[in-house]
Amino acid sequence: MLVPADQYFFIDPNRCIGCEACVQACTECDTHKGHSMIHLEYANRRESPQTLPVVCMHCDSPTCAEVCPADAIKRTEDGVVQTARKPRCIACSNCVLACPFGVPKMNVRQELMMKCDMCYDRTSEGKRPMCATVCPSQALFFGTREEIERLRPRSRPINQFQFGFQTIHTKVRMMVPREAVNTHIDVAEVLCDPVMGSDREDAMLAAAVCELPVAAATESTHGR
Amino acid sequence: MSQSCWHRGDRGVQPDRLVQTHCCFCGQQCGIQLKVKDNEVIGFEPWEEFPFNQGMLCPKGVKRYLQGSHPDRLISAFRRDPGAPGGFSSLDYDEAIRQVADGIGRIQAAHGNAAFAVLSGASLTTEKTYLMGKFARVCLKTPYIDYNGRLCMVSAAAGNKKAFGIDRAANPWSDILGAGVVWISGANVAECAPITTNYVWQARENGAKVIVVDPRITPLARTCDLFLPIKPGRDVALFNGILQLMIENDWLDHAFIDAHTVGFESLAESVRGWTPSRTAEVTGIAEREIRKAAEWWGTAKASFLLHARGIEHHSHGVQNVLGAINIVLASGRIGRENCGYATITGQANGQGGREHGQKCDQLPGARDLANPEHRAHVAKVWGVSPDELPQPGVDAYEIFRKIDRGEIRGLLSICFNPLVSLPDNNFVARMLDKVDFYVAIDFFLNDTAHHADIVLPGSLHEEDEGTMTQIEGRVIKINQAVNPPGDARQDWRIIQDLAAALGRPHGFTFAHPREIFEELRRASQGGIADYSGITWEKIEQRHGIFWPCPSEDHPGTPRLFEPASHNPIAKGAGPFYFPDGKARFNIAEYTAPTEDVDAEFPVILTTGRVVSHFLSGTQTRRIGPLGDQYPEPRVEIHPQLAARLGILDGDWTAVTSRRGEITVRAQVVKTIRPDTVFVPYHWAGAKSVNQVTISAQDPISKIPEYKVCAVRLSKAARPPEYAGQLERQQ
Repeated sequence: MLVPADQYFFIDPNRCIGCEACVQACTECDTHKGHSMIHLEYANRRESPQTLPVVCMHCDSPTCAEVCPADAIKRTEDGVVQTARKPRCIACSNCVLACPFGVPKMNVRQELMMKCDMCYDRTSEGKRPMCATVCPSQALFFGTREEIERLRPRSRPINQFQFGFQTIHTKVRMMVPREAVNTHIDVAEVLCDPVMGSDREDAMLAAAVCELPVAAATESTHGR
Repeated sequence: MSQSCWHRGDRGVQPDRLVQTHCCFCGQQCGIQLKVKDNEVIGFEPWEEFPFNQGMLCPKGVKRYLQGSHPDRLISAFRRDPGAPGGFSSLDYDEAIRQVADGIGRIQAAHGNAAFAVLSGASLTTEKTYLMGKFARVCLKTPYIDYNGRLCMVSAAAGNKKAFGIDRAANPWSDILGAGVVWISGANVAECAPITTNYVWQARENGAKVIVVDPRITPLARTCDLFLPIKPGRDVALFNGILQLMIENDWLDHAFIDAHTVGFESLAESVRGWTPSRTAEVTGIAEREIRKAAEWWGTAKASFLLHARGIEHHSHGVQNVLGAINIVLASGRIGRENCGYATITGQANGQGGREHGQKCDQLPGARDLANPEHRAHVAKVWGVSPDELPQPGVDAYEIFRKIDRGEIRGLLSICFNPLVSLPDNNFVARMLDKVDFYVAIDFFLNDTAHHADIVLPGSLHEEDEGTMTQIEGRVIKINQAVNPPGDARQDWRIIQDLAAALGRPHGFTFAHPREIFEELRRASQGGIADYSGITWEKIEQRHGIFWPCPSEDHPGTPRLFEPASHNPIAKGAGPFYFPDGKARFNIAEYTAPTEDVDAEFPVILTTGRVVSHFLSGTQTRRIGPLGDQYPEPRVEIHPQLAARLGILDGDWTAVTSRRGEITVRAQVVKTIRPDTVFVPYHWAGAKSVNQVTISAQDPISKIPEYKVCAVRLSKAARPPEYAGQLERQQ
């Protein structure tokens, strides 16, 4: 069975209350008992209670799979990037280092890369993933695009992300404020120092800007 | 005697069955399915069909299943034995019952029936709370029974009864979704009632503005539309200031006020002095923000006001609640769709547990123990003479003061851990040692039970059957998943065994909780909290029934104060529960907290909860993943205050009051007022912040003032003894 094509995972950090129900629920899965595949971090607890839940974004062209020397990471035709296949994984941690979202974890004791597979055991049987089922604020939401449009008129989903020169399209959608402007910035454009600011070809500056992971503001037709 | 908290989970074992029941922790009573294998709860599965939470759970709900197989679970009776390891040795159950009956009998023979007191709790099923009240009045014949709702819901209850004549959330939570303004005062919704968060966020998606009043930027306050960082203990001043602005700008529903209320004129007169500038000065909130809040509230078309312990845990908690109700009544926005008001009840059965007679002045059906007609009705159901029923007793804290004065000599507690949960708890510890005979019923050896002479092994939530009434006033059904292990017994059986051993079994021979519920239906009939039309079957068929429900063909009452809704007091005269059907405006007096800051103790201490723990921590401190999430108390300090004191994030910090001291790590955050520090209260012994809090109480509700006392802070010279030690289990 595959995950139904009209079902999407949406992350809405605006709603996250940091309760860790998702993290705790994730540890209940029989395939990775006691280990959560979700990262939940405070952005900066001194300044704010803002927290960020991170599940696998399930990229169209998963960097983790592209860098895997053992071809252990597979993306099923429903777009779910599966956890590494145990017989193939050589525990090299390439995927851990390469994932732009910082998702895969190396389980050293099992010598196996482990990551969120969108609760494949549940979603491929028509259920919602465990984290999105229990999430008390529904910062993690699983449903159709029509449902999210109806329920969250203040926000819109995006699934295209820019990391330097790499554009990534994901199956998982990130909810952003509806009126948010495109935040893909070039620092050079806003520098007031005419010497530095005028030179768009400055190689060093361009390299520095390309390091910034900046979210683009569109939902692409990719990542289905 | 384990040394660390419990991490074991199901090991990939397939369950035999799923049991649809509810979470054992907070008042929301989320639906959950427990996975059961043999006689063990091995996991959970969301219950998406249950309408309140639709599968959602907080971390406590997710991990609740781990409590059942915990190695600390009491599976036999124990007696105090200083020579034994841990200070207790196990005892045959029947022998323990005999010894308890002897102990009670000895004290009552020597000092009178009133020398023995009972402390009960609101995490018990309604059937058990009903039985506890009956046990104290009919079997023990003592006036002294009270419960831990005294620390939780009583200010709201008293305020609601004064204003509306009834104590229940006025609306189902679905009314939050259509509100234009959601006002939340003194409620850390995201951590203490996490599922309610989705209702609030969905209301906002639907167009609502969310106003949060709190000394801290709680997780919900982070993205609200207007945050009012109030100085602790000043809530009634804010409500009076808002009302004054509503009057000034004529943001009032005159038709509603004229038709359905009394007392507005004198209330209006009383708030005249609460100008925005004075309100700002007292509350510590900028005048501009107060004006904005008043305008949003005043001009809203639909609204929902929620409050919780933040405004209730005060020596003027009832006044705060009345202040909140006044701005609701003045707006006229109650008793219809999307217009509502509620306190967010704290404990599992906070609502049901405060309705059926374990409160010191109450009889089943929310009847009054001092009212002759009410006494006659209940006495008849119980088969006793009304004259035999004791008169009202005293609140839970006063019971300890009576121990101090030698008036109470013996104590039975169930579902209550006062050594952690009562304020100024060094006093409580001395009283537990002073009392001649103390028997505790619990499923773990809680911190208070360590002082007991006899401990009887009771039952967990999943080991018994019965009803609870959740946050909205919805009566729900708790289903049994497993049997109590070893010698452990369902609590109602223990109480009946004691009644039999005391030679007074009359009225304590129920064979099943359903029989208790059937008697409760009759006892509550005609009362305000009328359950007479509710059956267990009806609850399960309809996913809960809202009381009042006066007959079997009655659908229940999700929303109170609608024109045609059942009301045995007004009988058609009007929507509110007074003979004239009109709500009461009450003048809400502002007084400063009992202990204000001074040169010696210059900082305000406020206390509360964190998301991974529940109340005194008897359960959640034993559940490994919940302990890991928030392992020990920390003190939240604003960087400005921390800089003045030379305290850095993570420093061991002493928090000292006139009553005691606690040393905890500092968490330096900009999310709290600089004049206030916060410490959560879930821990025992050296980690218990209730060593520091004050036992001042509200004169009406008798709720303790947990939310304000004066302290001083200093960087600790050395780490406390507990640093580096594992949490004590038993």
